[in-house]
Amino acid sequence: MTTAVADHHHDEVPKGITRWLFTTNHKDIGTLYLWFSFIMFLVGGAMALVIRAELFMPGLQVVNPHFYNQMVTVHALVMIFGAVMPGFVGFANWMLPMMIGAPDMALPRLNNWSFWLLPFATTLLITSLFVPGGGPAAGWTIYPPLSIQGGMGVDLTIFTIHILGMSSILGAINIIATILNMRAPGMTLLKMPLFVWTWVITAFLLIAAMPVLAGAVTMLLTDRHFGTAFFSAAGGGDPVMFQHIFWFFGHPEVYILILPAFGIISQVIPTFSRKPLFGYTSMVFATAAIAFLSFIVWAHHMYTVGMPLSGELFFMYSTMLIAIPTGVKVFNWLATMWRGSMTFETPMLYAIATVALFTVGGLTGLMMAITPADFQYHDTYFIVAHFHYVIFCGSVLAMFSGVYYWLPKWTGHMYDETLGKVHFWLTVISFNITFFPQHFLGFAGMPRRIPDYSLQFAEFNMVSSIGGFILGFSQLILLWVVIKSIRGGKKATAEVWDNPEGLEWTVPSPAPYHTFATAPEVR
Amino acid sequence: MTERNVRKSNRRVTGWLSLWVVGMFGFGYALVPLYSVFCEITGLNGKSATLSEVSAAPLTIDKSRTVTVEFTVNVSGIPWRVDRPKTVRLNVHPGEATTVIYEAHSLVDAMTAGQAVPSVTPAKAARHFRKTECFCFTRQELVGGESKLMPVTFVVDPKLPAEVKTITLSYEVYPANENLTNNS
Repeated sequence: MTTAVADHHHDEVPKGITRWLFTTNHKDIGTLYLWFSFIMFLVGGAMALVIRAELFMPGLQVVNPHFYNQMVTVHALVMIFGAVMPGFVGFANWMLPMMIGAPDMALPRLNNWSFWLLPFATTLLITSLFVPGGGPAAGWTIYPPLSIQGGMGVDLTIFTIHILGMSSILGAINIIATILNMRAPGMTLLKMPLFVWTWVITAFLLIAAMPVLAGAVTMLLTDRHFGTAFFSAAGGGDPVMFQHIFWFFGHPEVYILILPAFGIISQVIPTFSRKPLFGYTSMVFATAAIAFLSFIVWAHHMYTVGMPLSGELFFMYSTMLIAIPTGVKVFNWLATMWRGSMTFETPMLYAIATVALFTVGGLTGLMMAITPADFQYHDTYFIVAHFHYVIFCGSVLAMFSGVYYWLPKWTGHMYDETLGKVHFWLTVISFNITFFPQHFLGFAGMPRRIPDYSLQFAEFNMVSSIGGFILGFSQLILLWVVIKSIRGGKKATAEVWDNPEGLEWTVPSPAPYHTFATAPEVR
Repeated sequence: MTERNVRKSNRRVTGWLSLWVVGMFGFGYALVPLYSVFCEITGLNGKSATLSEVSAAPLTIDKSRTVTVEFTVNVSGIPWRVDRPKTVRLNVHPGEATTVIYEAHSLVDAMTAGQAVPSVTPAKAARHFRKTECFCFTRQELVGGESKLMPVTFVVDPKLPAEVKTITLSYEVYPANENLTNNS
């Protein structure tokens, strides 16, 4: 392979808006994805603040219950499909080709289209808030019969999910093709960096799970408008069936959100421990095991629908089984740090926080896997605390870790370490102020998705809201750090860190517009 | 690999993966009949035994055992009032055929059509609760103001697990839908 895609003007960066509209360059598209993800993170965060403002005190103060439900629903959809998934695809675009020594992604034009579907899809979703009847208000899981009864906003949401699903599937196909076909000579599968491994497995999960969701929402759409009766009991359908189909997608989806995060911190921890990753092969197999198990545990999201005992036992044991490969991973990260000459720059702080706090979320997950116990936790703030510990502390903190880790490679300048540390401590402390009390609220029986609550929950909710506002506004520091690093700062060397592993550190910082036009030799 | 080979290989990978995507989309739809079959075989989700199964197996009456059957009905989105049988709880012996009568009243002047959807709890009793005759097999029409007696005949299979002492038969009556699938 001697040239990149033939119609490129080499060494010359196109100018103006058309550069971004028509770009087929993986770095440009990665940048677009990452900015899009960050904007959606702020939009979804603003919605979360509406929720926390309403819950600051008992009673109804800020919004009406219907709008509150829309905020709960759209916050989740925006964060999952708008912020976390595109964020990881952004990392994949930027880093995968550089990590495997490829000049670009395998299908660059498709790559452009995958990205440009996103702004349209999320615009559709946000528009739904302004149509008669308002946006979707049945929760992000859009369970019928409530979602069959909703207004036009539900239809817009269904189309949004279709388009977002298409974008993810195209992105996944591209990533698999890149990793299978474009690796530099000598880069065998078991020499690939772990971030590449976790992404290829994630991409397979996307391809297997997203079409099922597309099918489920299409059935919902035809139930709403074309007289079919998949889920409407009036026609002989079954609303519980939707839950089965939805969670057949939904459980792999949560691993789609977390596996690339595992990949990022598996890159960061060895660098700052100055030791190679402990148990590389076991990491790969643990990731694959988690991916496989994700397809046979879906009904643990619906223990309370009235399953027979045998079903509940099966889903309980298979769910608890997931703790084993996950435990292998946590063990390996700790073993990597063990007796390493560790330093605590911002990326490492975030990686350590990810390991620690994700484990908290993982353990509450195990508690809920136990069927009889789950009947108490189901649909309470306990589950809200649980999935914010895994998705925020797992996925989002790992992304922050990745941003600080690779930012010098992207911009060519070191970020402001002091600001980075301020961002870290504010984020981690305020996160725990926000979400730790929610465990207690859930235990005490506060239900989720309700805009009001009993007086005995008032103190914890006030604490949680205060934490939420600090958490939200702290994220502006990240914006400041990134802009500052783009505009200038200490020049970054090619290696940036102390002897990090990986091909991305062999190219200069900032990474040139085209890298590895000639494939590197990997020994 | 040369650039040409890479392109060919990319096309092949893309093709296979696209096929997989289409397959998984279809699989999502296939889950619907798969679940139905699964529920019918196992009796999960309150789906009770079908007609053909009933005629195939003559049952012996088990006088030594008594099971309580409870009846309930709800109306959803149709201007009817449906009364449950006068005897709300009935003690039956397994294997013995029993008939109870629901009564529907139309509350409007126009002709209306409804469809009852049955459900049996507990789920493990569902496959042993056999309806030989039921107003839920077909759509029911009421002209304005009409009242109608709607019988249901059922047999509790003697193979009903011993721990089941009470069975609840519940109906939800909906407006009849053109695309109705048959409920037994």
